[in-house]
Amino acid sequence: MSFDFSDNHFSLFGLPVQFRQDVVDIEAVYRTLQAQYHPDRAVTGSDSDKRFALQAATHINDAFHTLKSPLARARYLLKLQGFDTQEETNTSMPADFLMQQMEWREAIAEAKQTHDLDELEALATQLRSESRSLTTLIAGLIDDKQDFNRAGLVVRKLRFIEKLEQEIGDAIEALLD
Amino acid sequence: MALLQIAEPGQSTAPHQHRLAVGIDLGTTNSLVATVRSGSAVVLPDTAGFGLVPSVVHYTADNSVTVGHLAQARQIDDPRNTIVSVKRFMGRSVADLPDASSTPYRFVDAPGMLKIKTIAGEKSPVEVSADILRELRIRAEQSLGGELVGAVVTVPAYFDDAQRQATKDAARLAGLNVLRLLNEPTAAAIAYGLDNAAEGIYVVYDLGGGTFDVSVLELTRGVFQVRATSGDSSLGGDDFDQRLYCWILQQAGLTTPSDKDMRLLLSRAREAKELLTDHHTTRITAVLSDGEAIDLELSAETFQTITAQLVQKTLTPVRKALRDAQLATEDVKGVVLVGGATRMPHVRKAVADYFKREPLTNLDPDKVVALGAAMQANALAGNRGDEEWLLLDVIPLSLGLETMGGLVEKIVPRNSTIPTARAQEFTTFKNGQTAMAIHVLQGERELVQDCRSLARFELRGIPPMPAGAARIRVTFQVDADGLLAVSAKEQISNVEASIIVKPSYGLADHEIAQMLEDSMQNAEQDKNARNLLEARVEAQALLDATRSALATDSALVSPDEHGNIMQLLTQLEICQQGEDIQAIREATEQLNRITEPFAARRMDVGVRKALAGQRIDELG
Repeated sequence: MSFDFSDNHFSLFGLPVQFRQDVVDIEAVYRTLQAQYHPDRAVTGSDSDKRFALQAATHINDAFHTLKSPLARARYLLKLQGFDTQEETNTSMPADFLMQQMEWREAIAEAKQTHDLDELEALATQLRSESRSLTTLIAGLIDDKQDFNRAGLVVRKLRFIEKLEQEIGDAIEALLD
Repeated sequence: MALLQIAEPGQSTAPHQHRLAVGIDLGTTNSLVATVRSGSAVVLPDTAGFGLVPSVVHYTADNSVTVGHLAQARQIDDPRNTIVSVKRFMGRSVADLPDASSTPYRFVDAPGMLKIKTIAGEKSPVEVSADILRELRIRAEQSLGGELVGAVVTVPAYFDDAQRQATKDAARLAGLNVLRLLNEPTAAAIAYGLDNAAEGIYVVYDLGGGTFDVSVLELTRGVFQVRATSGDSSLGGDDFDQRLYCWILQQAGLTTPSDKDMRLLLSRAREAKELLTDHHTTRITAVLSDGEAIDLELSAETFQTITAQLVQKTLTPVRKALRDAQLATEDVKGVVLVGGATRMPHVRKAVADYFKREPLTNLDPDKVVALGAAMQANALAGNRGDEEWLLLDVIPLSLGLETMGGLVEKIVPRNSTIPTARAQEFTTFKNGQTAMAIHVLQGERELVQDCRSLARFELRGIPPMPAGAARIRVTFQVDADGLLAVSAKEQISNVEASIIVKPSYGLADHEIAQMLEDSMQNAEQDKNARNLLEARVEAQALLDATRSALATDSALVSPDEHGNIMQLLTQLEICQQGEDIQAIREATEQLNRITEPFAARRMDVGVRKALAGQRIDELG
């Protein structure tokens, strides 16, 4: 079995190195790869076969996870281009985006306090649509304009939105308990 | 009654060299072992024909161990030494048990996992489970006629790392080579999906004796991909018995029953629950040890009312799993019910109402997990047929590390597909800090105290650096069994430390080897005990069959013959009480021989009855 751990995720999956991808294709390739390399295929093999299968399947899962999520895929593409998205360090954001953030946060806090499940669901829907439009924007910036600097800023925005979605998810879950 | 036993077709010889592998469902209430024979999965019964082994172990002062039906019979007269539902205690401490006082056991706190005081010494749940698994292994080896290549052992999908590790240790202690730990709902999905060539999104709702799991799976051309799983590892059919038991106490005005009365009433509660599956009302009667008689009438409505909250409690994990899978009830193509507790009509109704569709119940909910595990064991052992399939499962609970202020930083989020590895960098918070304590946790909550502590270890020998300069990369690797290994490495100096996460009670490999060796030395003794047990069970089966045949067809025996049969029957009954294996076997054989003509006559009559009223040309 040949398996090159140094291949980038796109070549591992036989996909063009670009942001726009068909999730159905990614999933189909993923299943084919796991069918070949999964540890279940090496149960009766030697210890080194088993170790190889564990590493290969772990790597395939990681690649799949990265390629499937728009945020992770954009971050990964920028990294391949040598651009650091500075998500942990660069917190400078346009003022209007920050204002919007604050409004969302307040709305979440209020819905949490009043146990308003419907409001939380409505906010989640709003954020999903925001995240979709940012994803479309990234596709244009990376694939068409190769404007990696601006793409980095949008990635940071998307990261904020994802965190908010996570927060809403946790709040909804807490209400369900 | 030899003539009444007919072998299943295809049971005799395998067509080609086949590696013997089994699937084991180690359940809270019952356990099963199954294998794939001539292409189809079957549950292996014991010599008396029972497929389900009650997950009950009885210990005696001379260290003999009985498992299953015979142990179950000791529940009422020796409750403290008869361990039932041990699965609830796997990987748990006394503090974890919500209802320790309503069990008859004497628990002992031990590092990491509790122990139970019995007349044969303190037993850890791992050892008790190993006794059940050993019984299943021996049954399988006797039935299949050879040593097993390995076994797939099922665990609740919602089991945490400690509970999984404990199950794997128990299997190894029972002398099994564990091919894979498999999540119970996933096993059920294999059995269901392969039989029905299912495609699309399926939900498996698995309410067992002591655990509840729900998994959302996507089935695509032979790939079983778990999209999300959730559950409650301390909610099951047992809780329904417990509620009913409390109701009985209340109705009868009892407060603190003795251990024996507690067991008796719990058994009555269980029987009543099972009866209400197909009846509208039932009576609960019992005579307590002080002579007080209990006689209560219970309607299905009352039972449903007192347990409604438990049914509702199962729907929360269902909602969570769908949320995590980002799916709605409309996306679901079928709901598969697993576990004996899903026979309760109000459970079925709640599931049907929630999904707005009738759940699929064409598989035996008690057997489907073992059958799926057998199919997976068969495939993993390399007996692959034409069909190829692949399982992609997930971890049920997030894994993380303790950070400053008693908070948990999640490293591997729940519902990540396994195997997986994730890494995170941490740094020192003091100048010149040379060691770092690593505390591994599992759970969804933010605070350390609300999550399960899996392991602690230290990374030592970090070269002195200013605070925040060291770069410590902690890597979590979860394997295909869902078990975690953690390693930590300081990136600048390359100082490294790693640990296979074994909860502090976890048995080290050499401890397991030692325990296995000890059990070998007791093997001869065990073998005798087992032979005696088997001879008794076989005798009992023949006694039962003969009695019931005499009761229904006494017209077929002459008075003389009847007298002879009764004499040998009584003789066998007496031998069966004794310890002489040879005597039991001979008495069984004698009774068997003398009843053969009677069995033949019964068969003739049976065939004639079946043919009566049919014309000859129809029989062509």
